[in-house]
Amino acid sequence: MAYALQQLINGVTLGMIYGLIAVGYTMVYGIIGMINFAHGDVFMIGAFVSLVSLLGLAALGVSAVPLALGLTLLGAVAISALYGWAIERLAYRPLRGSFRLAPLISAIGMSIALENYVQVVQGARVKPLAPVVPGGLTLMTEGSFAVQLGWMQVVIVVVTLAVLALFTWLVTKTPLGRAMRACEQDLKMAALLGIDTDRTISLTFVIGAALAAVAGLLFLLYYGSIDFFVGFIAGVKAFTAAVLGGVGSLPGAVLGGLLIGLIETIWSAYFSVQYKDVAAFSILAVALIFMPTGLLGRADVEKV
Amino acid sequence: MTEHAAPLLAVDGLTMRFGGLTAVDDVGFAARAGEITAVIGPNGAGKTTVFNCITGFYRPSAGRLWLTRADGARIALERLGGERVASRARVARTFQNIRLFAGMTVLENLLVAQHNRLMAASGFGLLALLGTRGYRAAERAAIERARLWLDRIGLIERADDPAGALPYGAQRRLEIARAMCTEPVLLCLDEPAAGLNPRETEALAALLHDIRASGCSLLLIEHDMGLVMRISDHIIVLDHGRKISDGTPAAVRADPAVISAYLGDEDEDEAESGA
Repeated sequence: MAYALQQLINGVTLGMIYGLIAVGYTMVYGIIGMINFAHGDVFMIGAFVSLVSLLGLAALGVSAVPLALGLTLLGAVAISALYGWAIERLAYRPLRGSFRLAPLISAIGMSIALENYVQVVQGARVKPLAPVVPGGLTLMTEGSFAVQLGWMQVVIVVVTLAVLALFTWLVTKTPLGRAMRACEQDLKMAALLGIDTDRTISLTFVIGAALAAVAGLLFLLYYGSIDFFVGFIAGVKAFTAAVLGGVGSLPGAVLGGLLIGLIETIWSAYFSVQYKDVAAFSILAVALIFMPTGLLGRADVEKV
Repeated sequence: MTEHAAPLLAVDGLTMRFGGLTAVDDVGFAARAGEITAVIGPNGAGKTTVFNCITGFYRPSAGRLWLTRADGARIALERLGGERVASRARVARTFQNIRLFAGMTVLENLLVAQHNRLMAASGFGLLALLGTRGYRAAERAAIERARLWLDRIGLIERADDPAGALPYGAQRRLEIARAMCTEPVLLCLDEPAAGLNPRETEALAALLHDIRASGCSLLLIEHDMGLVMRISDHIIVLDHGRKISDGTPAAVRADPAVISAYLGDEDEDEAESGA
C-alpha cells in the first residue's frame, strides 16, 4: 500500500513533465498538422539553459533559491522560445505548401542538428547538478518503508498546474488563443477573416517551446543530471503521451502525459526497470488499436 | 438605385483559363456601391470562377478587377491575391459549403472576425495578460458589435453554444454575420440560400436588405430565382463563361438570350433539324 502510494506520487510527478512537453506537440499538430520532431530538443535546450543559468547564478552568489529558480525559469523560457521561433522560421515555414513529408524530414534534421550542436558546445558527458530543492515530507511509514513526498515533487506539480492554468486561460480567453483555435479548425478561413496565420503559427511554436523550457527546468531539478540526448527519449515519450491522449487535444496531452508517467513508474516498480519503455509503448500500441483517435481526440469528420 | 453611382467594383475583360478550358471568357460588369448585384447562370456558367478571381483565390489569365475605395483610390484586386483581398481591399466572402469554426462558440466566431483590431489593442496578447484598460475597452466593443449582429440574425440566445450545433439556416446567417464583422465594403455570397427552407430564405432576404441598408454592397451568386429577382438591384447572367445579359431584374427576365440559356433554344433545334 505504502509502496503503491509512493509510486503514484513519483508517477504523477514524471507525468506532469511529460504532459508539459506533450502540449507543445499537440498544439503544433493541431494547427499545421505536422509532428515537430525537434520539440524534444527544445526541451533539452531549456534544460541546458537552466543548468548554465543555475550554475552561473550560484557563481555570482545568488543564494536565495526562489530568486535563482525564478530568474532561471524566465531565462530558460525566453531563450527556448527564441529557439522555437527560429526553428519554425528556418526549417518549417519555407516548406509550407510543399509535400507533406518535407517538413517532417526537416524536423528530424533540425532535431539531429540541435543535439549535435549541444554536444559540441557543452560536451558529451552527463552534466550533474546538486539538488537545489532538497528534503521533503514523510507522509506515512509502513514497516521499514517510508512514503516520501519531496519538496521538489511539490514544486513540479505546483509549477506545472500554474503554467497549465495560465496556458488554458491564454487559449480560451484571449484574442491570440481564439486565433490559434480558429487556425486549428480552418487555416484558410482564418486567413480570409484577417488573421495573420503566419504570425499565429509562429506564436504557437513560441508558446510550445516556452512550455517545453519549463519542463526542461523541472526535469533538470528532479533528476539532477542531463546530457545532450535527454530530449530524444523525453520527446518520444511526450509524443506518445500526445497520441495516447488524442493528438490535437490539449487536455488529452496532459492526461496522456500523466498516464505515460504512471505506467512507466509503476512498471519499473513492480516488474522491470529495463522494460519500462517497452511497457509504455506497448500500452500506446494497444490503446491505438481500440481507440485510434486517442482518449480525448475527436474523430476526423469528413468534410463535404 | 441611381445609374450614376460610382461602380464599387469594375470587372473588365476577365478571362480565366484552366489548361485548355476557358471557364470565364472576356466578362465585364460593374457592381455599384449600395446595391445588391447578382450573378446568375446555369450550372458550369463560370459564376464561382468569377467569384474566385474577385476574392483572390485565382489569378485571372487576363482582365482587370478594380475596386474603388470610399476615398476614390482604386485597388487592382487581381494584383493583391490571396488573403490580402480580404484584409486590404475589405472584400469578404462566404462559400457554397459552410465553413464556420464549428468547435468554437457562436460569439467566438464573430470575435475571431474582429481579430486584427483586438490583437492590436491587446499588444499581441501581452496587454491582455495584464488586463489593461485599452484592451478591455476593445474587447467590450468587439463583443458589443458581435451582439448587434447576433441580434440581427436572431441568434442572441445561442451566443455561447458551439457553432456546429446550430441548425443549417442559422449557420448560414451566422456565416454572413461573421463576414460582416470584418467590416467589408463588398460582401460576396456564394449561394447563400442553398439548402434553406422558404422561411429561412425569407429571413435571409431580410438580412441582405439590412446589410445593404447599413452601407455594405453585395455581390451574390444564387440559384433561387425567386430570391434573386426580389432582392437584386442589378443582375448579370453568364452562360458557358460569357456574359449574355446585364440589367435590372425585369430587363433580364424578359431577355430572350437568358430564356434560351435556361430553357434551351427552340430555334436552334429547329434550325438544326431543318438543315
